Amino acid sequence: MSKDNQILEELTSKEYEHGWSVALEADEAPLGLNEDIVRWISAKKEEPEWMLEWRLKAFEVWKSMKEPEWANVHYPKVDFQAIRYYSAPKQAKKPKSLDEIDPELLQIYERLGINLNEQKRLQGIAVDAVLDSVSVGTTFKDTLSKLGIVFCSFSEAVQEHPDLVKKYLGSVVPVGDNYYAALNSAVFSDGSFCYIPKGVRCPMELSTYFRINAANTGQFERTLIVAEENSYVSYLEGCTAPQRDENQLHAAVVEIYADKHAEVKYSTVQNWFPGDKEGKGGIYNFVTKRGICAGDYSKISWTQVETGSAVTWKYPSCILKGDHSVGEFYSVAVTNNYQQADTGTKMIHIGKNTRSRIVSKGISAGKSQNSYRGQVQVMKRADNARNFSQCDSLLMGDKCGAHTFPYIDIQNSTAKVEHEATTSKIGEDQLFYCNQRGISTEDAVALIVNGYAKEVLNQLPMEFAVEAQKLLALTLEGSVG
Amino acid sequence: MMTTATTSKLFTQVQSLFQASGGFASIRQQAVESLENQGFPVAKAEEYKFTNLSKKLENGLTNASFAEPFSIDQATVDAHIFADFDGDVLVFTNGSWNKELSKVTQDYSVEVISEDGLLGAISKPGKDAFADLNTAAFQEAIKISVAKGKVIEKPVLLIHFNQANEGQIVMPRLLVQVDEIAQVTLLEYAVCLDEEVYFSNALTEVKVAAGSYVKFFRLQNQSSKAILMDTMETDIHRDAVFTSVKISLAADMIRNNLTLNLLDSGCEGNMYGLYLLNGKTHVDNHTNVDHTMPHAVSNELYKGILTDSSRGVFNGKIFVRQDAQKTNAFQQNNNILLSENAIINTKPQLEIWADDVKCSHGCTTGQLDEEALFYLQARGLDKTQAKGMLLYAFAGEVLEFISDEPFKAHITNLVMERLGTQF
Repeated sequence: MSKDNQILEELTSKEYEHGWSVALEADEAPLGLNEDIVRWISAKKEEPEWMLEWRLKAFEVWKSMKEPEWANVHYPKVDFQAIRYYSAPKQAKKPKSLDEIDPELLQIYERLGINLNEQKRLQGIAVDAVLDSVSVGTTFKDTLSKLGIVFCSFSEAVQEHPDLVKKYLGSVVPVGDNYYAALNSAVFSDGSFCYIPKGVRCPMELSTYFRINAANTGQFERTLIVAEENSYVSYLEGCTAPQRDENQLHAAVVEIYADKHAEVKYSTVQNWFPGDKEGKGGIYNFVTKRGICAGDYSKISWTQVETGSAVTWKYPSCILKGDHSVGEFYSVAVTNNYQQADTGTKMIHIGKNTRSRIVSKGISAGKSQNSYRGQVQVMKRADNARNFSQCDSLLMGDKCGAHTFPYIDIQNSTAKVEHEATTSKIGEDQLFYCNQRGISTEDAVALIVNGYAKEVLNQLPMEFAVEAQKLLALTLEGSVG
Repeated sequence: MMTTATTSKLFTQVQSLFQASGGFASIRQQAVESLENQGFPVAKAEEYKFTNLSKKLENGLTNASFAEPFSIDQATVDAHIFADFDGDVLVFTNGSWNKELSKVTQDYSVEVISEDGLLGAISKPGKDAFADLNTAAFQEAIKISVAKGKVIEKPVLLIHFNQANEGQIVMPRLLVQVDEIAQVTLLEYAVCLDEEVYFSNALTEVKVAAGSYVKFFRLQNQSSKAILMDTMETDIHRDAVFTSVKISLAADMIRNNLTLNLLDSGCEGNMYGLYLLNGKTHVDNHTNVDHTMPHAVSNELYKGILTDSSRGVFNGKIFVRQDAQKTNAFQQNNNILLSENAIINTKPQLEIWADDVKCSHGCTTGQLDEEALFYLQARGLDKTQAKGMLLYAFAGEVLEFISDEPFKAHITNLVMERLGTQF
């Protein structure tokens, strides 16, 4: 076996670090999905009538829809009746503050490197921790509420800020948007809600950490971020799941609303369990993420580092409705073993002088398939729209695939749209150059991959950038194409 | 599924045209079965998403019958041959070969075939509904063969004279077989003798055997009422080079499907295209390059200038199969939009299953550079001249690939004239 193959072998046999699970007593919904389950979830969360109606409407829509098959991924179909749609760790009573949270739950997060104890946290990041179907705690709530910022679990928002939720929920991703969004709308259990009032610059990074613990459950969370005029927020999302043989479904919806001059930065480090090296198990990550730049001069920026999940189906998008609004999408997607990713973005230019930028870096190794699917649409009224897209793919090993499906639809003659894509492996001349200067092949690969992904990693907030870099290093350490 | 496919309006319109008897029974049957199973593409079909050809035909084929071959005189033929042409001429009327008026002076053969294993083996039934329609219904198949080692010095011009009543169909079917280490240059265009709505559904299969050089330069400049479906599929063998240039200037709706199968090492496939669209013209170029073996090269450049309410669609696919290591594949699509109502939909697509490859694609859509316009105006050109010059420079890059000088000059004149008057 040549050294290259050896290194590739090593790479493909890397274990998943967060594969453990904890035996927790859980409060679970019965298996399966029907109208009663939707009612059950809503009742469990003591939701008002309008929320239940909204869910039921979504459920009706979902029943009439078909599972999408256009994505470039192949997997055994999900049996929607074999999933538990709600699972919450049992707690004696609702904790009023972080001090009352079951220490066992805190331990789970500590083991993941997420400390929910405010004193021990690095200053500057507030966390909403979501375990299976519910939020277990949110930090720094008080500090934030002094500025008028609302940062809490979604269930809490439904109870305490119903007007805001009513106004914005489903405004960016309507219930019938797509199959999984409709499913999520019907059964979503929790998630984060974040509201930044007019003129406020959020002083710290807001973050949600998702963890699936229970078996046979699906996680359906919903995140809603509303940024009023002149506000700014940077939001982070992280996720892990235990190692199990069966596939678990994660179908989330994220909605972002940005008003005039508002700026929202949304970063994701996705590290769901990717399945073992035979391709067994792993999370199906079918996520709908969309933001609307509703006001003039607003900006939404998506950054994602995708390393986990058996199958990813995810297109964070921007609707650039306000004049002069800006949408950005930065992505590094790494697939290994039997992982499949079909990810990309949609930039829909509606307002005048809107700008968007897409940088997508795909890295495929092992027997994985990595697809970029993106759409740039310039509507008739969108004068002077500007888009630049770049999607590069790096292939490691001869059994993986990299695919590009860019759709470019222009209806305005003042639009300037550029798209470029390349696919290649790590150049032998580049490796040789490094070798010549005394850098081992392994280090050279790390160096090149790091440089390759840098443009995207640079967009991540400090703490996340470190985690992302570690993840990349873990997956790609020593891999030679 | 079967009921919806066979009861669709278009299917019932064309059903009577299927040829059950005669030669090619087996592939015709396969094509009919495939049509029965899959039907014609509906509005949502991914491959025909922006070009609803089925709908267009349902309304356009008011008299879904074949336009029959007709007689034509030498003077008409001569009148439609471009200036300074030096070579052979093959004349077709409504898809049927007119042997008397054709001029075959060089060392190759042309014949009407009723049996040939190669026909339908390159473009196999079941891939595309309109190709299947041609296979199921074509009236006459013509084969051009160039034997091993023959170099055909002068170009061969294929002129299709079409004269159809309103709502009629012509279905040219052509098979080109170029054997080992042979060379040939083919030129092709159609002439409409009537300004009627008609549908041309052409299918051309080309086999480029090992070590051969084949160039195929085609011009689409028909009546503004013509609906054109043009499919070409080419098998390229070891160390062979195939170059296609397609210039689309006028018609009502055009759909071009071009597929190159790079079947062995060292082969090269080149695809170039230019579309100048005005009025309500709709042109859709779908290209497909399939790299199956190592060390092959493909190049692709399609450029378009769109004005008025025209619509351009480009979909370029590059497949690199797992065995096709050391592949170099390049693809580029550039568009200029000159008017508010022009629309461009482009999708440059890469599907790569091998790792040691160099593949890239680029795609741009924009306008003329204001600064370049200013530069030329500052030097005394008026705005129209400056604009014409820049547009011509943009289009000229594709025209350069037409290596037959008189044909290039002819097309250049057409392009200049159109850019000068209609853009």
